[in-house]
Amino acid sequence: MARAAVLGRLTWQLATVADAVAETAEVRTLVLDVPGWPGHLAGQHLDVRLTAEDGYRAERSYSIASAPGDRLAITVQRLADGEVSPYLVDELRPGDELELRGPIGGYFVWEPGRGGPLLLVGGGSGVVPLMAMIRARAEAGDETPVRLLYSSRTLDDVIYREELERLAGGALEVVHTLTRARPDGWPGYGRRVDAAMLAEVAWRPGDGAATFVCGSTPFVESVASALVGLGHAPASIRTERYGGVPR
Amino acid sequence: MSETYLDGNAIGGLLWEVFGVEMTVATGVCGGCGASRAVAELHVYVRAAGIVARCPSCDTVLLTVVEAPGRRWVGLSGLARLEIPRTD
Amino acid sequence: MPISRGFRGRRGDEGDAERLPPGQYLTHDFPVLSAGPTPRTRLEDWTFTVAYGEDRRTWTWDEFRALPTEEPTVDIHCVTRWSKLDTAWEGVSVDTLLDGFEHDAAHALALCDGGYTTNVPLEDLTGGRAWVAFAFDGEPLDPEHGGPARLLVPHLYFWKSAKWIRALRLQDDDEPGFWETNGYHNYGDPWREQRYWGD
Repeated sequence: MARAAVLGRLTWQLATVADAVAETAEVRTLVLDVPGWPGHLAGQHLDVRLTAEDGYRAERSYSIASAPGDRLAITVQRLADGEVSPYLVDELRPGDELELRGPIGGYFVWEPGRGGPLLLVGGGSGVVPLMAMIRARAEAGDETPVRLLYSSRTLDDVIYREELERLAGGALEVVHTLTRARPDGWPGYGRRVDAAMLAEVAWRPGDGAATFVCGSTPFVESVASALVGLGHAPASIRTERYGGVPR
Repeated sequence: MSETYLDGNAIGGLLWEVFGVEMTVATGVCGGCGASRAVAELHVYVRAAGIVARCPSCDTVLLTVVEAPGRRWVGLSGLARLEIPRTD
Repeated sequence: MPISRGFRGRRGDEGDAERLPPGQYLTHDFPVLSAGPTPRTRLEDWTFTVAYGEDRRTWTWDEFRALPTEEPTVDIHCVTRWSKLDTAWEGVSVDTLLDGFEHDAAHALALCDGGYTTNVPLEDLTGGRAWVAFAFDGEPLDPEHGGPARLLVPHLYFWKSAKWIRALRLQDDDEPGFWETNGYHNYGDPWREQRYWGD
């Protein structure tokens, strides 16, 4: 459990945007400076709070994208009908301030040294906490066997594409599936994640794998139930569901 | 037929505020069916008049949160008990 | 309080002040609020019951649809602050459902598929103030909006317009329903901004 949990208090802190990096047309990573940041574990998230001039407030949660030893970063996808994400992706600039609290989460977390193998299944922006796990593993020089199955609409929508290409190899396998359109000659999967795909990509039920699935609720439900149907123990599968969350 | 729920991770910050500790790893026992699940696994409806967390096995309402100026109501009547890890 | 530069947030219209209760804003869509899985009762299994003690009166869907209907156009106000004006419904008046049903009750509890309940004083359900509605905007009521039928009590906050209603249980005593037990106001008059218990 992260140190913040041990400290026991969850308080709002003021962060400064240090950098903003476009990942895809809809997705941006925000690098944040937070004085006194207690550190975090891969898989945890932050709550972000925005306040308009008249005091109107909106709060949302975003998964931490960075490895524990790196500068804190979140990756945000602009939702077409979103209230907060368009502001974070299009408007916020380095130097701006942001209120946040965290890190939050003790269930959907992974630390190097926990053993494996590991199956990570992400749909769209659900890849963010899984990328934090992959980065944590790389940072620690951990050689736990990991397979990432990552579903995106098109190649242009793949977040962290170059970094995943660079990190893949050895005990880290990255498998993409592109559901909406594929480049000519695409050798990989071209459909939504289903039981047949999972049967090919996942570890075998007896391998003792831990699985993390993140994405929209329909994505998570279908992947988790397919894995259980293939014989994986429900207790070995941890899930995090994303949605537009108004507060 | 859209699934309109999230899970206990989505209210991690709120529950931490309410209980004073990180709660996603806490285990809840359903007063309806006896199922024992991590709070992170509860089906959480956030687009309602308040927050409603249900047992993933039987849909019994385990937790409700209604927020109002200066106070909030936390309904726990569906939960038989909670097991909360200690960090001290 | 730190201000987020350039953040405006999405606020609804303030619209016509006279028609909006305090603290409400206007919406032009129809937000779906759900506190649980959407029930999917088939019409052949659907019944509606009015009960008082041991006395009851029940209609099948076909019997219910043979009752005289009305087409109220009303403003609706959700406690989450959105209001929608001039919404067009079709339904059976609660007066029709209670016509000839003998009782002494002052209170009613709406019982719904999925377990939802809400309490309304009987005088707020009668005198042309409430319906069991099965159509919205000329179309059969969508399950996510409460179909096959929902209670419609537009003069109270919309959590009282219980979705997926299957029965009205008339009672001598008031029994707070789901949201009333969990922090919302027992009565819920939007014009007196009775959102929360104790307001």
